Amino acid sequence: MNLCERSASELSALIARRQVSAREVTRAHLDRIATLDRELGCYLLVDQAGALARAEQIDGLIARGLDPGPLAGVPVALKDIFVTRGIETTCASRILKGWRPPYEGTPSHRLREAGAVLLGKLNMDEFAMGSSNENSGFGPVRNPWNRAYVPGGSSGGSAAAVAAGLCAAALGTDTGGSIRQPAALCGVVGLKPTYGRVSRYGVVAFASSLDQVGPLCRTVEDAALLLEVIAGPDPRDATSIAEPVPRYRDALGQGVAGLRLGIPKEYFVAGIEAEVEQAVRAAIRKLESLGARAVEVSLPHTEYGIAAYYILATAEASSNLARYDGVRFGHRAERPVDLLDMYCRTRAEGFGPEVKRRIMLGTYVLRAGYYEAYYGKAQKVRTLIRRDFARAFEQCDLIVTPTSPVAGFALGERTEDPLAMYLADVFTIACNLAGLPGLSLPCGMHGRLPIGLQLIGRPLDEATLFRAAGAYQAATDWHTRRPALG
Amino acid sequence: MPITRKELEEIALLARLALSEAEIDLYTRQLGDILGYIEKLRSLDTEGVEATTHAVPMDCTLREDELGERLPVEDALRAAPRRAENFFEVPRIIAAHDEE
Repeated sequence: MNLCERSASELSALIARRQVSAREVTRAHLDRIATLDRELGCYLLVDQAGALARAEQIDGLIARGLDPGPLAGVPVALKDIFVTRGIETTCASRILKGWRPPYEGTPSHRLREAGAVLLGKLNMDEFAMGSSNENSGFGPVRNPWNRAYVPGGSSGGSAAAVAAGLCAAALGTDTGGSIRQPAALCGVVGLKPTYGRVSRYGVVAFASSLDQVGPLCRTVEDAALLLEVIAGPDPRDATSIAEPVPRYRDALGQGVAGLRLGIPKEYFVAGIEAEVEQAVRAAIRKLESLGARAVEVSLPHTEYGIAAYYILATAEASSNLARYDGVRFGHRAERPVDLLDMYCRTRAEGFGPEVKRRIMLGTYVLRAGYYEAYYGKAQKVRTLIRRDFARAFEQCDLIVTPTSPVAGFALGERTEDPLAMYLADVFTIACNLAGLPGLSLPCGMHGRLPIGLQLIGRPLDEATLFRAAGAYQAATDWHTRRPALG
Repeated sequence: MPITRKELEEIALLARLALSEAEIDLYTRQLGDILGYIEKLRSLDTEGVEATTHAVPMDCTLREDELGERLPVEDALRAAPRRAENFFEVPRIIAAHDEE
């Protein structure tokens, strides 16, 4: 039994029944990280001692007949955007190198309370700004399926670690596709829940009106299980939604009979790779054969999404990242001549090129006199995009699209052209602008690279996404394929 | 819309970023490209459309103003690049009287 291939749901059951110890499971994952991660670059930090101690604690609870929770002994890892008390948290930025936070964020706290074992912190694009993980301040991540290719981003370390069996599940964040796109490129399941479904307390802020936390897993069941654990209101995040959390796993076996799938015509246009389109159309036919009905819908403002997004996200980022000033934590420039010099050199030394670019763009669009032309206009476009979805959902129960227009791209291929990199997010951005839940799951292969299918639901209707994804997964075997690794 | 080198330098100061000459050249070009792409929004008629500030409509959340858990001063200061007693230390902002 290879413990590193088991799902989180399987591992927690095996551990709770004492068929394997949490310590053995944790040890197996730590050994696999030691063997494989030097080349893949998924982890920024491995907390070997902390993980083994926690695993032994879980084994002790079980030996005493206690229930450690639904994630008993499951080895998980966190994108390094999650604030972890006493454990270095960098957001893959040199400006936070060495920062040991004095508090714990809500998502990681809830994972631990459910019995999970935290293996370490995962690589990402610096401050979650990127679609390839090449913007990390500490080196890129390689796609486990083909090491010359990017894993996607910004949660690239999370997706690659789950695909390579370096953890059973991971948490990421998604501001414009940062969970779903890397999940697609690495062949795993990734969910961005409804805005506000998961607390953002203790999650380093990028664009506060768009950011959302979600799981990356190898199966749909695991994604449902993790969402049950992390979702729900939190007094420490005023934007968290007060609605009770359903048992999402119950949706998995319900089948898709009678479900209406909306196929947006604007998503099947020039620029999409032929193999990706074929795989997604085959997945739609598969769902139809299981009892769903496909209907064409229109999302007419799709082409304006990226422009609106890069105004809103960079404006919010320029404000959120003002806190990195060298005063209270993180890097500070040596021998400043005055306060202004300290701010300007601290930030110039600490931030990487993409973060600087976005702070500059955000500062530009928020400039006195420019607000209405840019930020105000983008907020109105956001309304039009929300209305598109509201109208589409009058005719369908969920929307089906490709997650990414291409199966993947090579390391270095797009780094010289930021605009080309931004266009990689064309199919994922609208979900964030409209606050909707979106799930990506594997639906095919293009050569050695996996292809992702995106399901978009109504606000707070993650259950329907799990229902369709569960039915698709039960009828196909794409999710069982694993990259060939040493 | 193109952005001038001078505008770029003004933005860098507002953003508190000390940029090199090479960075100023690069960002002048790249921001110009991105702003040119963003121009496409101008062709869209948004007359009378309300702005969305929040994706999910929500009421203003209120709570009782009660004293909760606080971060101990030592914990808050532990990561400070420089501290003096119970304060974060920064370069002098206001000139001392004898220097005026």
